[in-house]
Amino acid sequence: MNYHWDWGVFFKSTGIGHEIYLDWFITGLGWTIAVALVAWVIALILGSLLGVMRTLPNKALSGFASGYVALFRNVPLLVQLFLWYFLVPDFLPESLQTWFKQDLKPSTSAYISVVVCLGLFTAARVCEQVRTGIEALPKGQSNAAYAMGFTLPQVYRHVLLPQAFRIIIPPMTSEFLNVFKNSSVASLIGLMELLAQTKQTAEFSANLFEAFTMATLIYFVLNMSLMKLMGWVENRVSVPGLIGSNGK
Amino acid sequence: MMDFSQIVPALPALADGMVLTLKLLAMSVAGGVVLGTLLALARLSSLPLLSGLAKFYVNYFRSIPLLLVISWFYLVVPLIYTWLTGSFEPVGAFTSCLVAFVMFEAAYFSEIVRAGIQSIPKGQVNAGYALGMRYDQVMRLIVLPQAFRKMTPLLLQQSIILFQDTSLVYAVGLLDFLNAARSKGDIVGLPHEFLIFAGAVYFVISMGATQLVKRLQKRFAV
Repeated sequence: MNYHWDWGVFFKSTGIGHEIYLDWFITGLGWTIAVALVAWVIALILGSLLGVMRTLPNKALSGFASGYVALFRNVPLLVQLFLWYFLVPDFLPESLQTWFKQDLKPSTSAYISVVVCLGLFTAARVCEQVRTGIEALPKGQSNAAYAMGFTLPQVYRHVLLPQAFRIIIPPMTSEFLNVFKNSSVASLIGLMELLAQTKQTAEFSANLFEAFTMATLIYFVLNMSLMKLMGWVENRVSVPGLIGSNGK
Repeated sequence: MMDFSQIVPALPALADGMVLTLKLLAMSVAGGVVLGTLLALARLSSLPLLSGLAKFYVNYFRSIPLLLVISWFYLVVPLIYTWLTGSFEPVGAFTSCLVAFVMFEAAYFSEIVRAGIQSIPKGQVNAGYALGMRYDQVMRLIVLPQAFRKMTPLLLQQSIILFQDTSLVYAVGLLDFLNAARSKGDIVGLPHEFLIFAGAVYFVISMGATQLVKRLQKRFAV
């Protein structure tokens, strides 16, 4: 194989300004984290709300939430992204449209689209986890709370949610990691996140093995550190008395 | 206003795209399940090296995005092909995507298969050995048939996710259903209508398949 290995490529000049290839990877990682974290906050808030709605006795509210989940889980992420990026802006009011298409930098409008898309997409998954968490609690918990004269909001606030959120940390961790991985679709609408920077490095330097190895390594380390972090959180907040609670 | 009438003349092209999507899906699931089963067996092996390697493989592919694997393999598979065979025959995006999907999905399938195998009572294995069967006979004749029956719904569920994920081949320009809809929409000048149509088709297929799997799950319960 006539392939010229060069692991020093990351410290070579890209030929653009004073940047070296490593700078591209750092910028890319920055965008990836910026997309994933903001999308995760949206997903967490909206998903928790929807998850609670799905367990409410009100038919209309729980029906709405299950409709939301069905819609956002059965359309591919990439189709959703294209809808948010290419279609939705055309339906905005005139002034907003000009702002989104002309005043914003291309990277900013792509960023907004991908964050909204990924946030709403992940919310459907978070909703299912929250619902599972609430439904996993013994019926006696809410019955006892009602018997003590708690109102419905109080039952959720003081009894159900504090427990549900703690037992769903493991599946939520994998959703959290998925947001980081899924943020790579942003490269397909021109946002220069980690994958896009990797492809660009591969094209510019012709050292594609090194570039993709570097990207893989970054994703791998990112994943492992987030997993460790969530493991620590899980340990800290585990519900005392359950099998999974480390003997507390 | 939206004009969906132009979709009708484009249907043959869209059907071609769907055929490619389904072909890629079927081949990826078949390859992924076979490789995934081998990985699961390796993972459960008593040889530390073998199970360590399988564990690394699974963790590796589960921590990187599918899109990264697709983009990487698109560039790498032709290089490796040339390197192995010495011929410069073009490999094509379909083959690279297929290799990417099989290797990536095998990691996810192997976790399902592993859970399926582990759910079989130990007595079944012991009884097989007591009857004088070898390891491969115990696996092939006793454990795997039961395990697969248990995990069929999960494998199908994962295949539905894969069906949606095949749309990512857009990144390497393969004309799957989504890409066919995108390019037709651009040619006709109605990108929005074609995009909505594509989304609706994916929705109906995934939703319908999910309902079928749920019904199957009830029927299949061991």
